[in-house]
Amino acid sequence: MQIYLPIAEVSVNIWMLLGLGGIVGILSGMFGVGGGFLITPLLFFVGIPPAVAVATGANQIVASSFSAVLTHIRRRAVDFPMGTVLLIGGLIGSAFGIVVFNYLKALGQVDLLVQLCYVVFLGIVGGLMFIESVNAIRRSRKGARPTARRKHNWVHNLPFKMKFRVSGLYISVIPPLLVGMSVGILAAIMGVGGGFIMVPAMIYLLGMPTKVVIGTSLFQIIFVTGFTTMLHAITNQTVDIVLALFLLVGGVIGAQVGSRLGARLNAEQLRILLAALVLLVCLKLGIDLILAPDELFTVVGAVK
Amino acid sequence: MMARLAALLLTLLALPAFAEEKIVIGLSQDEVAISASFTGSEILIFGAIRREVPLPTDSTLGVLITLSGPQVPLSVWRKERRLGIWVNTEQVEVDLAPSYYAVASSGPMNEVLMDIEDVRHSISVPRAIRAVGVGIAGSESFIEALIRIREKEGTYQILEGAIDLEQDTLFRTSVSMPSDLIEGDYVTRIFLTRDGIVIDEFDTVIPVNKVGLERWLYELANEFPFVYGLLAIAIAMISGWGASAAFAALRR
Repeated sequence: MQIYLPIAEVSVNIWMLLGLGGIVGILSGMFGVGGGFLITPLLFFVGIPPAVAVATGANQIVASSFSAVLTHIRRRAVDFPMGTVLLIGGLIGSAFGIVVFNYLKALGQVDLLVQLCYVVFLGIVGGLMFIESVNAIRRSRKGARPTARRKHNWVHNLPFKMKFRVSGLYISVIPPLLVGMSVGILAAIMGVGGGFIMVPAMIYLLGMPTKVVIGTSLFQIIFVTGFTTMLHAITNQTVDIVLALFLLVGGVIGAQVGSRLGARLNAEQLRILLAALVLLVCLKLGIDLILAPDELFTVVGAVK
Repeated sequence: MMARLAALLLTLLALPAFAEEKIVIGLSQDEVAISASFTGSEILIFGAIRREVPLPTDSTLGVLITLSGPQVPLSVWRKERRLGIWVNTEQVEVDLAPSYYAVASSGPMNEVLMDIEDVRHSISVPRAIRAVGVGIAGSESFIEALIRIREKEGTYQILEGAIDLEQDTLFRTSVSMPSDLIEGDYVTRIFLTRDGIVIDEFDTVIPVNKVGLERWLYELANEFPFVYGLLAIAIAMISGWGASAAFAALRR
């Protein structure tokens, strides 16, 4: 069954959109990632214009993240003060990132930059997580107790300390602000919520417990992607509500399934799965950059 | 000198005879409505040639039909390998290119249309694209690439010999419009040629418009973007909450 999308101005299959939304929703609920790093390239692939794909992807992530975060709130796995601090950094970062994005768009190199960003960040994040999770699993198989996380490092010597009760942390607000900001910048450039960077940053840089990380990341993502949606709607008119509706009907259902699946797996398994997924996307994008394309030319329409 | 004068005189004499042939046409539909279930459209263009003189036998008759979407500026980029990766390096800006273009003819293009007439009326695909900076070395390859890419997408169609011309009087063809149409006025032109020279032209416009919900959302997005953005987020939040509540209820 086909439907014509009023903003994207293309006709697509309804079941395909529901399926795409569903897959991304499951990932969102399981790992606390928005899934933007998957939905945006997937929408390109099915023929949605890139500008519409980025903007509508953001809108869809609002829905799936909101759906999933409610489940995490019921489980008391959201650190609201930490989420708020991250969010403040995130909004500052994404506002700055949009300036950078528009500058590169004028230079005609934005596609390349976006792809390079994906490859580099997905590669680093996925690689580190994978190695770490494999080591953790190996340690627990040997029967040795997992080594305790270092309780004190330079992060703990900074001023403006705050108590984050749910995470069991008493640290300065500067590191979470910086984490939020850098994720915000990347989120705006890459057109994603930034969960796949946020989650490992919270685990490894801030030392938050994995179970809390997912809910808190989702909480933060809702606002960053909501902000992005508004910005795209106002400046470019590229948010397609009809497209978003079908994606998010699939997405919210997927998110519910995903957050229940996630609760059944242990933290190490969850991380190794996410790492494998991130590396897979990274590999695909990397190969596309290196292999000679079938068509050397691309047609770029005028800004709508 | 005398020979040329004679030739001129001959053409002058011949022209009125050509002008006696006029196009009368009909369209299967005179507008295209894009609704939610729009999956493309097939337009049947048919017509007849009215003549007040007996059918000339000394020259061949040709019919050409073009259907053109709104003209938009665009740019074409070419990739090159730099430091092992493929990077956009060169671009050619195209002033105006039709977003959709179909050209159908009753026979091989080079037989029914002379080059000079193509230049005058911009009938063939390359002539329909107006590019600046043509003359920069290699810019032709960019235009060729544009046509190649769009032909593959189905937004540019070259339908050589697709017009049925019966008894040099009745002609018909059907042109398919893809589902990813943009709104605007689609100009339909029909040319009648004798030995590749245009003797009559008939123009009409097929408006393509979104209707119903499609129209309403499109207008809202463009005229009240703030409201539209809030609506988009509200829908997202409500369905997110709805799914969560529904699943919570299911578990109980």
